[in-house]
Amino acid sequence: EGLFFWLIWKFRAKPGEKSQYLVGNEKHVKRWITIPHALVLVCDVFIVVGAVRVWYNVKQQLPEPDSVIRVTGQQWAWTFQHPGADNELDTSDDIFTVNDLHVEVEKTYHFKLESRDVLHSFSVPVFRLKQDAIPGRSITGWFEPTLTGEYDVQCAEICGIGHGVMAARIHIEDANTHAAWISSASAATTP
Amino acid sequence: MAHARPIATTRSATGIPTPRLAIWWIVASEVVIFGGLLGVYLMHRIGHPEWAEAASHTQTWLGAINTFVLLTSSFTAVLAHQAAEKGKGKEAAKLLGFTILGAMMFLMIKSYEWYGEIAAGYTITANTFWSFYYTAAGLHALHVIAGAIIMGFIAVDAYRGRELHRVEIIGIYWHFVDVVWIFLFPLLYIAK
Amino acid sequence: MADTVADVHQHEAHGHGDHHHDQSWLEKYVFSTDHKIIGMQYMFTGMFMAVIGGYMAYVFRMQLAFPGISVPGFGQVSPGEYNALITNHGTIMIFWVAMPVLIAAFGNFLIPLMIGADDMVFPRINRLSFQIFFLSSIVLLVSLFVEGGGFGGAWTSYPPLSANGDYNQTQLGASLWLIAVALEFVAFLLGGINFITTLMNSRAPGMKAYDIPLVCWMIVIASILFMLSVGPLLAGAVMLLFDQTLGTGFYDPARGGDPILWQHLFWFFGHPEVYVVLLPAIGITVEVMATFARKKIFGYKMVLYTAVATGVLSFFVWAHHQFIAGIDPRMANVFTITTLLISVPIAEMLFVMIATLYGGSIRLTTPMLWALAFMAEFLIGGVTGIFLGASGADIYFHDTYFVLAHFHYTFFPIAIIGSFCAFTYWFPKMFGKMMNDTLGKIHFWGTVIPFNFIFIPLFVLGMGGQHRRIYNFQHFPQIAGPEYFQLREIATIALLVMLAFQLVFFYNIIMSWMRGEKAGKNPWKANTLEWTTESPAPHGNWPVDELPTVYRGPYEYGHPDREEDYWPQNLPG
Repeated sequence: EGLFFWLIWKFRAKPGEKSQYLVGNEKHVKRWITIPHALVLVCDVFIVVGAVRVWYNVKQQLPEPDSVIRVTGQQWAWTFQHPGADNELDTSDDIFTVNDLHVEVEKTYHFKLESRDVLHSFSVPVFRLKQDAIPGRSITGWFEPTLTGEYDVQCAEICGIGHGVMAARIHIEDANTHAAWISSASAATTP
Repeated sequence: MAHARPIATTRSATGIPTPRLAIWWIVASEVVIFGGLLGVYLMHRIGHPEWAEAASHTQTWLGAINTFVLLTSSFTAVLAHQAAEKGKGKEAAKLLGFTILGAMMFLMIKSYEWYGEIAAGYTITANTFWSFYYTAAGLHALHVIAGAIIMGFIAVDAYRGRELHRVEIIGIYWHFVDVVWIFLFPLLYIAK
Repeated sequence: MADTVADVHQHEAHGHGDHHHDQSWLEKYVFSTDHKIIGMQYMFTGMFMAVIGGYMAYVFRMQLAFPGISVPGFGQVSPGEYNALITNHGTIMIFWVAMPVLIAAFGNFLIPLMIGADDMVFPRINRLSFQIFFLSSIVLLVSLFVEGGGFGGAWTSYPPLSANGDYNQTQLGASLWLIAVALEFVAFLLGGINFITTLMNSRAPGMKAYDIPLVCWMIVIASILFMLSVGPLLAGAVMLLFDQTLGTGFYDPARGGDPILWQHLFWFFGHPEVYVVLLPAIGITVEVMATFARKKIFGYKMVLYTAVATGVLSFFVWAHHQFIAGIDPRMANVFTITTLLISVPIAEMLFVMIATLYGGSIRLTTPMLWALAFMAEFLIGGVTGIFLGASGADIYFHDTYFVLAHFHYTFFPIAIIGSFCAFTYWFPKMFGKMMNDTLGKIHFWGTVIPFNFIFIPLFVLGMGGQHRRIYNFQHFPQIAGPEYFQLREIATIALLVMLAFQLVFFYNIIMSWMRGEKAGKNPWKANTLEWTTESPAPHGNWPVDELPTVYRGPYEYGHPDREEDYWPQNLPG
């Protein structure tokens, strides 16, 4: 940009002076195009390598999970299915919550992402994580919380009138708090 | 409105007459429309082997007759072009008439076929195979109808010995409609 | 189709009749077949739609900065209305402003004039294409007022939300929206065939392929790109329409359909579409730069070939819009590479522009300012695009305000700056009057400065994790803090300033039209053929026996053998 403004200033119209006649065919002139051209290519290669490495880590390989949860999007709320005390999904002690996800810090989680109606997108900005939920499919992804606290979960794919209120919270807890939450939640749901 | 022809229309910097150039571009744009539709259908078809069952309810022999009808009409379109080249407007008009007749036969057989299928419960919403079936064949039938109507106008003009070069243009278009059917027929009827 | 064949004339090689027969007002301005009038019709329709799109932007920016207030001139914004506003803002600005103004208006106006023809090859198809376009605008506007309100499923219209009235709750609006878009595509297909054949066949005697002004090339390459990319989407639109109205299940996973399919079809068209509008804008900029830098374009063929390369590459990048949409993760890597490759030809075009400025004798007129602003702003848009094209970074940035700011930094230079650039440059040719330069410059600075104040805050918000298409951020504690709201307010106030400065523009048009200085044939001392006829050009452009003949390329500025620093294409010798 700086170069650009300098050029504009340098070659302002001066009365009585004609512009240079450059055709752009001579070799030494073409150099001005080819060198930056090569630079752009080199930069591109660096970016591609970086992007692909991040992508591979986040999306393509799945580390062994400590726990599996199921996330279901619907108009206009998130349902979270926690594995419960036995740490296995789809058993009778699973804990279902709406718009509140509880996870333990420094554990690796797999999530199975589903949708009941339209496209949603499970986005946890604090994790830099985002994945679309597609009706008819179950998409597996992973995350590992490293901080405790309470953060936003957003829907990042427009899903109708209530898209703007489709907010959930993720509660990242240390081991003790998390165990306490499991037992209290199980107590609450067991009849 | 008295309509003066622009000089632009009469120029030909490429050496190809403008109308022929235009019809090829139209065909190109239609190719991507049908290409997109058929490509999508093929991808679904490969993903859903169970559609073979639905496809077995199409009436292959009616489709085959229609293929024959359409090919014949294309042939008369070629003959019409030849006649027009020689300046025989009346003969070209007559041959175009046969082509239109072919188009009508095609549409009649098609409606008979659809009538039977809809009566048997295979409507456009029955499953996605039938949705594709009606969408693709319907889009093609619309092209047949449009082509036949335009051909009617051209035949009238040709009969009066006017605008004979248009016979070739509609012929190119008609061949395209024919070729689309050549793709549709095996994909929708024969693949079971 | 009827007109296609009906307009075919060719055997009467010298059949040009009297172009100056008396016409009624209706014939002359409403049902005209003259390419210049049709161009103007496209342009004024586009401007009118731009005003509506701008009004929509105003309403939802107010809602975002001051949630829940009653917006002056609109009232309270409900979530449904908010969705309809953003959806139609996007749709209008791309399909009813950028496309008609850049391609249809300037394509119609410029191509015959610049290649020395008296009209398009198929004038009546041309009129038909405008009529279809006009109809589509009406359908779109009607869709905003039907029961249930306008369609609110975003301009990308992803199913199943768009396919099922139970989900979007705007059944009728959604169908009308889709019909309007499809009609608009048909209009541009017809127009495109006209542009392509006209450029190929109706050039003035002596004009070789490399003597054609670049802007004509760009518009035609864009038309070809459009034609080749839109087909599958048209088929997809028919399928979506059947899903909406007949109850088929093309996009319904429960019935053997696939919701992702629409995304592929949409972006297979949608990404080339970016280049469909970008190329004409670049063509306009290059044209203006050559004239006001008094320089030959640095590498005419280079620009042309990079344009073609961009066009071809643009067909292989679509899935970068779907990195997180559930496509096969391995595919993302391929598309990252192709996406970054496309930065090479685009960067090259910017280098060519810079090289054209080098050694020039730059005159900072209003059109030149617009052209330079195009380069400066588009550069920012391009660089931020690299973050999004890189799959890894896109996981976070996807669907945030970062994306939004990025594509506004590309589309605003293209559609708005590019159009103003072209409009101010060719205004003398259109209306025979000069535009007021002072007012033009006031308008220029009043548009470009606020523009940056709108979207730079939005980059920051996007990096802060704010997502698009959410009508009220108060539900998200992390991004509801006062510092976030300050940024939103800055953006909104900048928008108000920018919209206010557009009044200067309209005032300028009217005043210059009524009282402007007479322009004469060639006020800018430019080379291309449109400047060799009267301003405004009469019906038929040149007297029948004086159609120009071409002797050289369009950018012979500052040639050492000549006293004058320009050398019009039609001067012999």
